[in-house]
Amino acid sequence: MYRYDEFDQQFVNARVAEFRDQVERRLAGEITEEQFRPLRLMNGVYLQLHAYMLRVAIPYGTLNSRQLRMLAHIARTYDKGYGHFTTRQNIQFNWPALSDIPAVLADLASVEMHAIQTSGNCIRNVTADHFAGAAADEAADPRPYAEILRQWSSVHPEFSYLPRKFKIAVTGAERDRAAIQVHDIGLHLKRDAAGRLGFAVYVGGGQGRTPMIAKKIRDFLPEEDLLSYTTAIMRVYNLYGRRDNKFKARIKILVHETGAEAFAAQVEAEWEALKDSALALPDEDIRAIEAYFAPPALVPRPEGEDAVRLARLDSRGFSEWLDQNVVTHRHPDYAAVTISLKGIGETPGDASDSQMEAVADIAERLSFDEIRVTHEQNLVLPHVARADLKAVYDALSEIGLATANTGLITDIIACPGLDYCALANARSISVAQAISKRFASLERQREIGELKLKISGCINACGHHHVGHIGILGVEKKGAELYQVTLGGSGDEHTSLGEIVGRGFGPEEITDAVETIVETYLSLRSDPHERFLDAYRRLGSQPFKEALYGGEAKAA
Amino acid sequence: MKVLTANRLSDGEAVWFSTDRTWAETISSAELAQDKEAEERLAAIGKAAFLANEVLDVELIDVDVADGAVVPLRLRERIRAAGPTNRQDHGKQARSPAQPAS
Repeated sequence: MYRYDEFDQQFVNARVAEFRDQVERRLAGEITEEQFRPLRLMNGVYLQLHAYMLRVAIPYGTLNSRQLRMLAHIARTYDKGYGHFTTRQNIQFNWPALSDIPAVLADLASVEMHAIQTSGNCIRNVTADHFAGAAADEAADPRPYAEILRQWSSVHPEFSYLPRKFKIAVTGAERDRAAIQVHDIGLHLKRDAAGRLGFAVYVGGGQGRTPMIAKKIRDFLPEEDLLSYTTAIMRVYNLYGRRDNKFKARIKILVHETGAEAFAAQVEAEWEALKDSALALPDEDIRAIEAYFAPPALVPRPEGEDAVRLARLDSRGFSEWLDQNVVTHRHPDYAAVTISLKGIGETPGDASDSQMEAVADIAERLSFDEIRVTHEQNLVLPHVARADLKAVYDALSEIGLATANTGLITDIIACPGLDYCALANARSISVAQAISKRFASLERQREIGELKLKISGCINACGHHHVGHIGILGVEKKGAELYQVTLGGSGDEHTSLGEIVGRGFGPEEITDAVETIVETYLSLRSDPHERFLDAYRRLGSQPFKEALYGGEAKAA
Repeated sequence: MKVLTANRLSDGEAVWFSTDRTWAETISSAELAQDKEAEERLAAIGKAAFLANEVLDVELIDVDVADGAVVPLRLRERIRAAGPTNRQDHGKQARSPAQPAS
């Protein structure tokens, strides 16, 4: 993975010192909240319902064991013993005191981490496929390009005060695991007929109050043009993006109002003047960054096949976990393991300090010191020898992290919602917990098959409900929580936005409603291999409306 | 009926302006404003405390008194007064007789 050079380290250290001074002056009353607020937000510090919240950047979701141990240390020392992994592959601490945050940032800097640009109208943490470098189906590892974008966008003077926040995601495989079509810019790394690397470029996707699927404005952008072309997009956005209305300020609105073709033409015109500038990436620079992400030396471990077969016979739990949480690696003797942070009835995405420590130990021993954070709020061990899978399973079982539910109905994305978030209108976590408990039976979950359920506690859609196969949006109506259900959303290479199925449900009704939807699907699917999403796309919403609302739906 | 709430500057702790003229960490002793005049007085206290850099996110919130306990009308404020409903070992509910929000 990328290692800070001397410049990076000095820059981050200087930023810690600067923020320490700003916090001291704020606590001494020398600067006002109006003056301080933008400064703290630039360093990832929010004020939520119960306390401050610190959002720490995890570039493209990649961590080493030393970094994960430091996150555990911070959770234990300055927080309440846990952290919350987010849908942007970051981690949030829910309870730090403002006076402690400079010390937290100094600890983070000691392991090459920071919280810069995790808030504000700037280019946020660049996210990537969590199986990058391990996936059997990728053209190339997308992370070197995410790192190039990170370096280019960090405190970029031209792009630090954009009309609104800006999110970029990169995938290196046809199968999109990074939800690139619901990002401001989505990049699909691929090879052309001549074998050269480049990107399909998508612009103007996003969720929030006005969800939009990104438009592809270029089918193949050579890799050396990544920064010049991205700069051209940013300049068009910076110039024409709506600064007069916060709710219309994202690039998706600009692309939508301008029209994708006209927008692309504006970008091309801007790019003409930029493509041969200093922003053109020299091949040696790309290869130098790529070298940081060189794959680990995966020695042949052919004994894995027999070891897995025997362990399967020995342990049903292992066998189920293997089927659900373990995916094919590009090396046949290895596998990528998803560590579910979705224990039945637990808070999605939360991990305790001791769990983080233990995962760091496992990664150090058995996954070449690498851990990934997924946008679905799980962790991944990207390079585990198949021969070591049973040892990993046993170690995860000991810390309660061997839940075999990846991609199933209890693998729920949920934002912090009204339990923590100052913007929320309704709770998300409690809904996730209730649904998780209702569908606790693994046998039943596997009978249902792949089903992505995503919950947001307000219209900002941090819980990605628009792209949930079943999406749930919490709103406040007459002082009470009400949950709107959308069906048919998807955040992959066939991205679609969910459609509202009908009137909302109260907190006591929503779990039953989900169960009704699931039972309707089970009764109507053409065969057990037809996934929920495919069945919905075939059937449309009508049978689900009828099941949920009965005569009401027919009358409507 | 309203009470005055805010978050403390130094640590973000949710606090309520109490009958003993301090910012208390629980809602139970919050000073109640029963009329417009009392509300205005509390609002002025909140503004002064904000300007004095003691607290931020100052707000007057609607409450009821039930069985002698001050209960906010909105769930948001009940959760602030008690703590997160998914972690009853955290927040005010973990350290005092404060009741969980839900």
